[in-house]
Amino acid sequence: MIHFVVHEEGDGVGVVVVEGVKSGQPLEGWIMEDDKDVRVTAKSDIPIGHKLALRDYQPGDTVIKYGVDIGKVVKPIAKGEHLHVHNVKTKRW
Amino acid sequence: MQKTFWGYKRENGRVGVRNHVIVLPVDDLSNAAAEAVANNIKGTLALPHPYGRLQFGADLDLHFRTLIGTGANPNVAAVVVIGIEEGWTGRVVEGIAKTGKPVAGFGIEGHGDHETIRRASQKAREFLQAASELRREERPLKELWVSTKCGESDTTSGCGANPTVGNAFDKLYPHGVTMVFGETTELTGGEHLVAARCRTEEVRKKFQFVFDRYQEVINRHKTSDLSESQPTKGNIAGGLTTIEEKALGNIQKIGRKCLVDGVIDKAEMPDAPGLWFMDSSSAAAEMVTLCAASGFVVHFFPTGQGNVIGNPILPVIKLCANPRTVRTMSEHVDVDVSGLLRKELTPDQAGDKLLECMFRTANGRLTAAEALGHREFVLTRLYESA
Repeated sequence: MIHFVVHEEGDGVGVVVVEGVKSGQPLEGWIMEDDKDVRVTAKSDIPIGHKLALRDYQPGDTVIKYGVDIGKVVKPIAKGEHLHVHNVKTKRW
Repeated sequence: MQKTFWGYKRENGRVGVRNHVIVLPVDDLSNAAAEAVANNIKGTLALPHPYGRLQFGADLDLHFRTLIGTGANPNVAAVVVIGIEEGWTGRVVEGIAKTGKPVAGFGIEGHGDHETIRRASQKAREFLQAASELRREERPLKELWVSTKCGESDTTSGCGANPTVGNAFDKLYPHGVTMVFGETTELTGGEHLVAARCRTEEVRKKFQFVFDRYQEVINRHKTSDLSESQPTKGNIAGGLTTIEEKALGNIQKIGRKCLVDGVIDKAEMPDAPGLWFMDSSSAAAEMVTLCAASGFVVHFFPTGQGNVIGNPILPVIKLCANPRTVRTMSEHVDVDVSGLLRKELTPDQAGDKLLECMFRTANGRLTAAEALGHREFVLTRLYESA
């Protein structure tokens, strides 16, 4: 079962595509562009459509999705944790 | 893929997929008369809106371009125009008349609502009965004009619904179909990817110019609430974090192969086939209204969280890859591509599914938004009235 999808290899985030992901749950991911599998254990409850970190991040790090910069990290994030507006901000506006 | 569809060939050679007779107010004051005419003559459609007074300069030009473009759209068989006075009413009538389609204008001043409604209703009845005798004919695919704009996007838009539009665009492009995308500010963070897809250096420069211009508008007016407008509260609830992430998802709609052949201003009409970029708002109803005014006859609208938008004259096909939205808002979804995220559907199959719905819609099947009565007609304003 696919719990989360990743656009391409090298992206630092996955998108949860099922409802009800709980902290501690082992998750199976699918890297769409490269058709590869990846596994991560969730470290937060993550709603459907929201992202999980695929690596550890420190403030100032850049988050890559679609192979492109989508913003900067403002609070530490551990692999498997929920990554969203509380720990990542835009670099543009 | 099919190579033809069944449409209404209009006087100017363009082909529509709907056969509306519309009652078009020039200004806010004429909405009541326009709605009364549409109520008298069942089967006609009034398009009320809140503007058209004391506008000037580029803002007024856009107002006229949008009204004339809407009347000129090949999904419209005939138009009754009603304005408070005859000058601007005549200007809209003249613009629409260039297509050769039946159009008549009525000014309210000197007559009052009753007399205007009586005369305009007579004309509307005549137009409606004539339009009811028009028949669809088989037309080549290249005569279909297809627009796209997404709304209430979430992360599933970027990995499911938007790439499905991109797949369909890549398949339509070689057939010489005319296509458009826009949402200038919603490319922020991915504008370099669009610039790289422009066919010529001239197109690239024009794209970069309108992109930079819009960024200046944002920067001039922005306050701390921008991050709740772009991305929207709905986008954020759906998991989109930054404008960059939203933009990269948005750009999936233009596929991987087709090039950007030209840049148009709001409600401007493309003069050649291919993929066009329209400098436009990213607000759904504004953008879709502009697509209709630019002459597009079918619209692809991917959504994640469930935008419910429609348009009075442009059929809006909604597609969605979010399994929760597909379940909770099924009456709004024309094409369910949530299988993409379960590996049950390939991007190619999803694109074909959307194209199949496009042909059925073009041939006459009502979209969910049409069946539900969604007729959002929203004019873009550039600045304050005089």
